[in-house]
Amino acid sequence: MERDVKKEQEYKNIAQKYEPKPALLKNIVMAFVVGGLISDIGQFFLNFYLSRGYSMQDANTLVSITMVFLGAFLTGIGVYDDIGKFAGAGSIVPITGFANSIVSPAMEFKREGFVFGAAAKMFTIAGPVIVYGVSTSIIIGLIYYFLK
Amino acid sequence: MAKKKLGTQTVEFKNPPSIIAGGTIVGPKEGEGPLRDYFDMILVDDTYGEKSWEKAESKMFQDAVNLALKKANLKISEIDYLLGGDLLNQIISANFAARQLNVPHFGLYGACSTTTEGLTLGAMLIDGGYADYIITATSSHFSTAERQFRYPLEQGIQRPFTSQWTVTGAGATILASTGEGPYITHATTGKVVDLGMKDANNMGAAMAPAAADTIITHFKDTGFTIEDYDLIMTGDMGRVGRDILLELLYKEGYDIESKYKDCGIEIFDESQDVHSGGSGAACSAVVLNGWLLSQIQNGVYKKVLFMATGALLSPTSSQQGESIPGIAHAITISTTL
Repeated sequence: MERDVKKEQEYKNIAQKYEPKPALLKNIVMAFVVGGLISDIGQFFLNFYLSRGYSMQDANTLVSITMVFLGAFLTGIGVYDDIGKFAGAGSIVPITGFANSIVSPAMEFKREGFVFGAAAKMFTIAGPVIVYGVSTSIIIGLIYYFLK
Repeated sequence: MAKKKLGTQTVEFKNPPSIIAGGTIVGPKEGEGPLRDYFDMILVDDTYGEKSWEKAESKMFQDAVNLALKKANLKISEIDYLLGGDLLNQIISANFAARQLNVPHFGLYGACSTTTEGLTLGAMLIDGGYADYIITATSSHFSTAERQFRYPLEQGIQRPFTSQWTVTGAGATILASTGEGPYITHATTGKVVDLGMKDANNMGAAMAPAAADTIITHFKDTGFTIEDYDLIMTGDMGRVGRDILLELLYKEGYDIESKYKDCGIEIFDESQDVHSGGSGAACSAVVLNGWLLSQIQNGVYKKVLFMATGALLSPTSSQQGESIPGIAHAITISTTL
């Protein structure tokens, strides 16, 4: 059957009319609040490690380790997806969300084995982030090097 | 010459099969929904004591068949054919259940439309004189469908309001060549219709054109009017799909709103956070074999147009940017001939 572009456009207009709109303002506020709280927790640990006499660089690394652990732990006990349901980007963007994106497929696919299940599927969501994160930083680094 | 055919896409059964029994199993969430009293079995744990959700789904499929057999007081050896399907790759739930059931088996895939696809083919086999007893069954499971089509369960993401919740459950129907009804009198087989919708989180919009096409064709082929039916019920359009479908039909001169229900809307309460409603091959199967059959038996409805709808996408087709084709098959269930 040939595609009828006009008919498809007409239908798209009808379908769009009935699409419930996401609660934008609520989502933004929730993302801000939860994202902010996660950052507060990070800041709390940073202050804590600094007060224990670690250097800024070591304390930063320790905060990342702590937050990744928390994200993974909350995913493991089945809480992180509940947070994500109302926090949206607020719990996806921080490093805890990165941990969630790795642990959740690992948990889900471990029944397919530890090699082709858990290990292979672990990076289905985080993988693209790493690939394009690293690629972008290389490109920016090169630009910076030549323009400096 | 096709003697039993009406119009372009409909058949009228000369020896209409009776629906003699239905068996249903649902998961815990469905068991908290408004239709909970109509299901034969409600699971406390959605793994059903199995190691994987896939195994659980297959076990539900098998047990829905066994429940229906028990109600009809039949043994599996008396069944001529099993016609079944589900949503998983290579329809493993149905095929693995059929491995245990030891019965001639046709595996079907029509996504969520498989329920009425099976009933249509089963009715044809009986009317054609090829079988006396047929079982049709479908299953779906929230957790198996999510991991195949969408994201891991523990992933912290927001589901869009247009998305639907795959029903965990299985439903089986036994058709017999003799019986006192309710009968399947007509079947309208749908065409695959695609109006270019690409959002895999909005199945209602993808399926609505196919649903409208089959309903209109059914009325044209049979000469029935909306007044002839007590109820027109779709499988899993959801709230978004319902609104679109009603508008599409209204534009063509069919105002079905007062007679219309959708299994996906009925099976969950709005407070259950399922957004647009339920979906999945089991959605129509458990509502038909649970709630609807009991309503028909109690005389609430005498003539029903029942239509399961399917979105024929795969994770691969979605990733490659293909639009989502829809399909809908309708059957007429009537207490009288």
